Amino acid sequence: MTSARYTAGTENAARIRGLRKAYGAHLIFDGLDLDVARGERVAILGASGCGKSTLLRCVAGLETADEGTIATSGEIGLIFQEPRLFPWLDVARNVAFPARSGAERARVPNVLALVGLAHAATRLPKELSGGMAQRAALARALVRDPALLLLDEPFAALDALRRIELRTAVREILEFTRASAILVTHDVDDALALADRVIVLAGTPAEIGFSGLVGETASRAAILEALGVAELRPRLPARSSRHGASCTS
Amino acid sequence: MGRFAVPLALFAAWWALTASGRVKSYQLASPYDVLREVLDLAQSGLLWRDLGASIERVALGFTIALAFALILGSLVGGSRAAERALDPTLQGIRAVPSLAWVPLILLWLGIGETAKITLVAIGAFFPIYVALVSGIRGVDRKLVEVGTIFGLSRAALIARVLVPATLPQLLVGARIGLTQAWLFLVAAELLAASSGLGFLLTDGQQTSRTDEIFVAILLFAICGKLSETLMRALEKRLVGWTDTVPA
Repeated sequence: MTSARYTAGTENAARIRGLRKAYGAHLIFDGLDLDVARGERVAILGASGCGKSTLLRCVAGLETADEGTIATSGEIGLIFQEPRLFPWLDVARNVAFPARSGAERARVPNVLALVGLAHAATRLPKELSGGMAQRAALARALVRDPALLLLDEPFAALDALRRIELRTAVREILEFTRASAILVTHDVDDALALADRVIVLAGTPAEIGFSGLVGETASRAAILEALGVAELRPRLPARSSRHGASCTS
Repeated sequence: MGRFAVPLALFAAWWALTASGRVKSYQLASPYDVLREVLDLAQSGLLWRDLGASIERVALGFTIALAFALILGSLVGGSRAAERALDPTLQGIRAVPSLAWVPLILLWLGIGETAKITLVAIGAFFPIYVALVSGIRGVDRKLVEVGTIFGLSRAALIARVLVPATLPQLLVGARIGLTQAWLFLVAAELLAASSGLGFLLTDGQQTSRTDEIFVAILLFAICGKLSETLMRALEKRLVGWTDTVPA
């Protein structure tokens, strides 16, 4: 069976069944099932090359899976590791780029305010810092009011402080818009800060496919254990306030 | 002030050399002779006729080159099949020093306007073509992906992503092409012309009038500089968004 991507109404924001993807003889994943409930934020954690970005690209329609089905409901927004703004358009025009109707275009000032860029609407991408550019990319992904936001290592290019700022902003925005999200990252803290549920991929993809999901798990220690990483640092006292660590199942 | 020092010194040396009488006027006309010649030519209307003829040839040849470069460059840049079919031939033609076509062009097209405009067009074509193809090839695949995600049609993708992304390279190619156009104009007008700045050059040579030759050279310099300035202004206006060190 060839891949079919359809957007028929479903209870879930995303419903993935039996997904298989290989590049030639190199199997990326096979038999992958994943459900994302409406409003749910799922983080997919794994080492580089485990196929997590490929999964996201399949959901976004940038790559075609070899087998399986992907069902999504509503609009999809996608943010990459780098902002990918159009350098010839100012911030407001970049954000308005995907808009197809007057109503969507009218949302531009709102989403700019939401990401904290209302003051930078007329700036060109070359005049933005890395964090601001990524915020503009976020605004662009939000302008069609997506039901599902796909985030592919969106904080990886930022310094530590900008990283924390932006992921807090993303979390607040997701709570405000009630959009579902799939976050792909190799950073445990990003996953814990943003997600309701963390899925860990471990081992080499050829061995495990996605059928070898190690677990849907909660704590940092459990995640690291699932990743097969021993934390070499001496144990620090537990941090008192870590938002978003409330993981289920 | 620093930028005027060398030109002023050169001008003073020129003046001194001709005023001293050590150099004959048929070898080097004095600045005064050149100025008088400019006024004479302007008064008789010949200046405007020659200048107009040259500008017209450059404009026509450049426009034709631009049109061909846009069509062929888009084809070759946009389709691998077209690249396989066309690019080796075009690269082969490009490898021939363009002035080597002159005898053939004269034989085929005679010594009229068509031959001159064709030569100018050949000179201007290749820089534009090469820049456009490499511009299309160099478009950031990641930006194209963004367009794809937002469901842009092929036409919209071209208009909203590929064209603006290619424009900086195209304009650089056009600027070089325009410089080439002036270069080839001189060649064309030196060979056979009864008007134009190149005709002023040959006429001055045949009548040992260095003042006339200088007028032509000065006008070439002014025209070349003006076209360059014009193209740079266009670049600044259209692609000022590029994040590069200003040239």
